[in-house]
Amino acid sequence: MKAYKQRARLWRAFVIRLPYLWLLLFFLAPFLIVFKISFADPVLAQPPFTPLFDWTQAGWGVLQATLDNYRFLVSDNLYALSYLKSIWVAAISTLLCVLLGYPMAYGIARARPDVRFILLLLVILPFWTSFLLRVYAWMGILSTKGLINNALLALGVIDEPLQILYTDTAVFLGIVYSYLPFMILPLYATLERLDIRMLEAASDLGARPMTVFWDVTFPISRPGIIAGCLLVFIPALGEYVIPALLGGLDSLMIGRQLYDEFYANRDWPLASAVASILLVILVVPMMLLSRYQRAAA
Amino acid sequence: MRPKRHFIVMSLAFGYAFLYVPIFLLILYSFNDSRIPTIWNGFSLRWYASLLDNQQVIDAALLSLRIALVSATAATVLGTLSGLALAHMDKFRGRLVFTALIAAPLVMPEVITGLSLLLFFISSEAMIGWPAQRGALTITIAHITFSSAFVAVVVQSRLAALDRSLIEAAMDLGGRPFAVARDITLPLIAPAMLAGWLLAFTLSLDDLVIATFVSGPGASTLPMLIFSKVRLGVAPDVNALASLVIVIVGLGVLVAGFVMRRRQVGESHPTSATDPPHVVA
Repeated sequence: MKAYKQRARLWRAFVIRLPYLWLLLFFLAPFLIVFKISFADPVLAQPPFTPLFDWTQAGWGVLQATLDNYRFLVSDNLYALSYLKSIWVAAISTLLCVLLGYPMAYGIARARPDVRFILLLLVILPFWTSFLLRVYAWMGILSTKGLINNALLALGVIDEPLQILYTDTAVFLGIVYSYLPFMILPLYATLERLDIRMLEAASDLGARPMTVFWDVTFPISRPGIIAGCLLVFIPALGEYVIPALLGGLDSLMIGRQLYDEFYANRDWPLASAVASILLVILVVPMMLLSRYQRAAA
Repeated sequence: MRPKRHFIVMSLAFGYAFLYVPIFLLILYSFNDSRIPTIWNGFSLRWYASLLDNQQVIDAALLSLRIALVSATAATVLGTLSGLALAHMDKFRGRLVFTALIAAPLVMPEVITGLSLLLFFISSEAMIGWPAQRGALTITIAHITFSSAFVAVVVQSRLAALDRSLIEAAMDLGGRPFAVARDITLPLIAPAMLAGWLLAFTLSLDDLVIATFVSGPGASTLPMLIFSKVRLGVAPDVNALASLVIVIVGLGVLVAGFVMRRRQVGESHPTSATDPPHVVA
């Protein structure tokens, strides 16, 4: 019996510790390093930043932290604008996803079971196929020689091609297109549990359709709405591919700024500071998400 | 009565058209016999043929497949263990941190994950000399890390839906923990593990941003190659390549979805194995 207990303990330790250590090493530790480097000075060396502790001086680690990177980020309007712009773009896209995703999720939840399976699969399928390629597909549609412009020109609606690609409109389209399944699925999960008899009871008792919706359907789906919004908002905020492919040169999304700071300017400490602030902005939405995902499941 | 039916049907029609028309147009134009990708000039397979001659594309595709196979398999092992820990081990030290470490990679913006892993690899190289160079290995490690979180959520939701008493009974009857895991738990969660593996595989195949950060000179995955081409605009051979990837992955997922549905007929959670991880969390 003792040996049995010992084996159980060993197995338990193995199951927990192997993935735990992996995530601590390759997920948590990297963030701490980013945080650390964000307090360093950029130098022309490899790696191009000063160490946080200088061990060479008399055996004592001398702390070499600087707040310059953060000071620069706060004082430079470009970055403040980028953060605000990213929040704005992510928020509007999230709202558009709700407006389109809610009726779709409702329709799927109300469909016959066999139809529902197909409809669900069709929502999930884009989630599995290449994100990059689906964003790319829009480039051919939106460009000045693209399908939309060709169609509008042929119909005589416009005389000159519209500039849609490389504008904010294209970025909104790209985000809604890419993240719509993330909105529909948690909404569906809550709406699926909606008992149709509750709606019938409400209307039998004389409630008008809109009243039924606002008083019965909407409150039940609220955890799904919140989870869906966060699932769209959080990744959209740091999005790189969509503004890089569909946005204009002036599309000041913070994910793109971070990438450029790192590769074009090679200022790693500043890029780390940009990432650290972005992470701080995301902490609250992420904590909310873990709460509401449990509620929506 | 219910909200207006027409409105719902219209929304569904519009929504699905929105999701699928761009993909169909992309596939249609990949057969276009014209250098200018948006002007239709007759049917042709020339862009597909040109892919076969392009050694750069073939090398990148092979590298991506290799990374995806290895990382999906390792992520399934790690993710299954994580799922077991989350679903069946109620109390352990650091459970809260562990839960957060599983949840965070699912939504973390890729630029942050990519940047932090790159800086981690560079610091580690400076301190202990490992990894000596960045490339396939570092990309694989990065992919294992974020995909294992997705696998964990899929497996955990499957375990949560299962009758736990079956496993507890086996344990109570004196089954050795590993034997119980192998003979009882594993067959029960196999469909979820397969779904998790598939998800990890496609995530790895699709990843651009993290791979770009942690890769080194000479190691270019398929998405990295495609991105470098499409940054300059639409190109007909990329249309062909994109269509191939989308059709192959799409068919694979459809087949897997239907197979799993047939296997699960009669069970109480018909869609759980094909549900994406976010929803079933």
